[in-house]
Amino acid sequence: MQRKYFNRFLLAAGAAAAMGWPSAQAQTTEISFFYPVAVGGPIAKAIDGFATDFMKANPGIKVNPIYAGTYQETIVKALTAHKSGTPPVTSVLLSTDMFTLIDEDAIVPIDNFVKTADDKAWLGSFYKAFMMNSQTGGKTWGVPFQRSTVVMYYNKEAFKEAGLDANKPPATWAEMKDAAAKLTKKDASGKVTQWGVQIPSSGFPYWLFQTLTTGNDAILMNDAGTQVKFDDPKVIEALQYWVDLGKAGVHPPGVVEWGTTPKDFFEKKVAMMFTTTGNLTNVKANAKFDFGVAMIPGNKRKGSPTGGGNFYIFKKSTPAQQEAAFKFIKWITQPERAAEWSMDTGYVAVSEKAYGTDALRKYGRDFPPALVARDQLPVSVAEFSTHDNQRVTKALNDGLQAALTGTKSPAQAMKDAQAEADRILRAYK
Amino acid sequence: MSARAAGHQSHASIHAWLLLLPALVLLVAFTHWPAVSTFVDSFYSTPKGSRAAVWVGLENYRAMNDDPVFWKAVRNNLWFAGATIPLSIGLALVMALWVNERIAGRAFLRMAYFTPTVLPMIAVANIWLFFYTPQYGLLEQVTGALGLPSHNWFGDQSTALACITLVAVWKEAGFFMIFYVAALQTLNPSLREAAAIEGASRWYFFRRVQWPLLMPTTLFVLVNAVINGFRMVDHVFVLTRGGPDNASTLLLYHLYEVGFKFWDTAYASAITVVLVVVLASVALFQFFVLDKRVHYK
Repeated sequence: MQRKYFNRFLLAAGAAAAMGWPSAQAQTTEISFFYPVAVGGPIAKAIDGFATDFMKANPGIKVNPIYAGTYQETIVKALTAHKSGTPPVTSVLLSTDMFTLIDEDAIVPIDNFVKTADDKAWLGSFYKAFMMNSQTGGKTWGVPFQRSTVVMYYNKEAFKEAGLDANKPPATWAEMKDAAAKLTKKDASGKVTQWGVQIPSSGFPYWLFQTLTTGNDAILMNDAGTQVKFDDPKVIEALQYWVDLGKAGVHPPGVVEWGTTPKDFFEKKVAMMFTTTGNLTNVKANAKFDFGVAMIPGNKRKGSPTGGGNFYIFKKSTPAQQEAAFKFIKWITQPERAAEWSMDTGYVAVSEKAYGTDALRKYGRDFPPALVARDQLPVSVAEFSTHDNQRVTKALNDGLQAALTGTKSPAQAMKDAQAEADRILRAYK
Repeated sequence: MSARAAGHQSHASIHAWLLLLPALVLLVAFTHWPAVSTFVDSFYSTPKGSRAAVWVGLENYRAMNDDPVFWKAVRNNLWFAGATIPLSIGLALVMALWVNERIAGRAFLRMAYFTPTVLPMIAVANIWLFFYTPQYGLLEQVTGALGLPSHNWFGDQSTALACITLVAVWKEAGFFMIFYVAALQTLNPSLREAAAIEGASRWYFFRRVQWPLLMPTTLFVLVNAVINGFRMVDHVFVLTRGGPDNASTLLLYHLYEVGFKFWDTAYASAITVVLVVVLASVALFQFFVLDKRVHYK
């Protein structure tokens, strides 16, 4: 008797599912969205807030934001899901992962969705410097979202103590080396208690190294991502400068941790540090002294690489989902949202119009360091990115660390890295 | 055999297989199938985008032979295992003997020694990251107070691996101690009384009575230590990421990089096969050869 009821129940449930499912499908389009967290601040809360607001404005679309760890963990999850057939519909991933995603045939160009004049104006509104890591082969593959540049933070009190002008941070390599020498303090036994300058070299040394190669007017790779120039004399000269800072005793020896560099700055163990503008909110909250933010000093010119993450749309999802994702991306990168996002995190807002909003104008007036990264954009270059990106990058990172720890000369280290990169990139020519 | 008995028997065997089925399904799905498919994949190229995998024979193994980072990881790992295994087992034994005595605060000591084991690996690594921080880290404050020069422990190629090894020993020793404490408690107290009557020294009692009786435990701990020695990866992630210039890269970290950073899954499969073969042969040697010698007769 009971079995009979159970069977009836099953039948009813099946019929309900069969009839109810398609109509529910037609009503709402669900899009999954992977995002990483790479800096301090209430990132997850901000993203959830954006998703809720967007769904209120667009009842037909359900955005499902999924926190996926660091950038590295997020791309591992997204690509694994892609290989198993069900990737997220959209994801924020490093702008430098563009070639990898193209090679894996995982994403579709954003151009596919840009149809109206309004769409075109929107795509043209992003800062040119950010679009350099979003476009290749005449197509746009990603849209800037949480983007950054490297800037120099300095301790104004230490500057005054050393007899330097706290409102005039060093602007050239020579000035920086001089200032660093004056800022380096030693105790009676000759042990350094405060280093002049610190450029971290763990995690992604290539990115910090680009602050030096850019300043020396060298570009590390071509636009197609198939050729690198590690053994260019200007690149070797840049590495020599970095190594020489250590030899001169004004920069800590060996490989310096990326993660503990802001803490070194707070502890007054270092007077000038190179790190992402994404750390601005962190420094603002934790530095118990007057600090300044400056553009990266240059040698032949000024400049920094850009960094950070782009939105991508994945290929293995339905056209309706892709259109919905495009709508969401366009919505979230509007000036007001971009301004809000920039103030919450310290990331650079992605368009000129965002800096024109009242909120961000006022924020910049009250806290001028927030504008340094934007002012640096006109002289910024693309972040290092090639085909088989992680592997080529590792060749460069290994070479940099070998030179910084003194096991290879800068020239030898870059020659070896070049040979390794040429070997890896042979397949893409 | 009558037809009926045979029928009964086949019925029983079907029954047995049905009972085994759930376990069998899990075992095949999560252990045997991945192992076999990894072995097969190691003879194919990595599929990329629309380019399917093609048969390349031993190409991936040849690439491994030419890969300097792989060999560096092998050397580092042998060094790491060679240091962690004896050090952590030795330390575990000393700690176990110590907390097995009737001393004041025994429970507290046991807990203190065991704490590193229950802490999550990543949390542990983060704590140690700040121990090793140049200039104001714990280690630096101690060496600084002694008037020794400052040192960048993780940023120097000559010390990075040794620092990771130390963290691993610290974490492993507490875990292995538990097994030794358990084994020591099962020893018959009359042995100690007999030794006391005979006037045996404490060292003599340990050497001739306790140590031989602890041999099966030591073998068990050794098997675990060897596996952990080659399974270490999380600390490397947090502490050094294999740097500087691969000075602290271990096999599993290299494997992760190849598989999930470079997405060269075929090459990663080949490295996995080598790692599994090596570990399996060590384990088999321990079980079939050493196991026969450890039991006290």
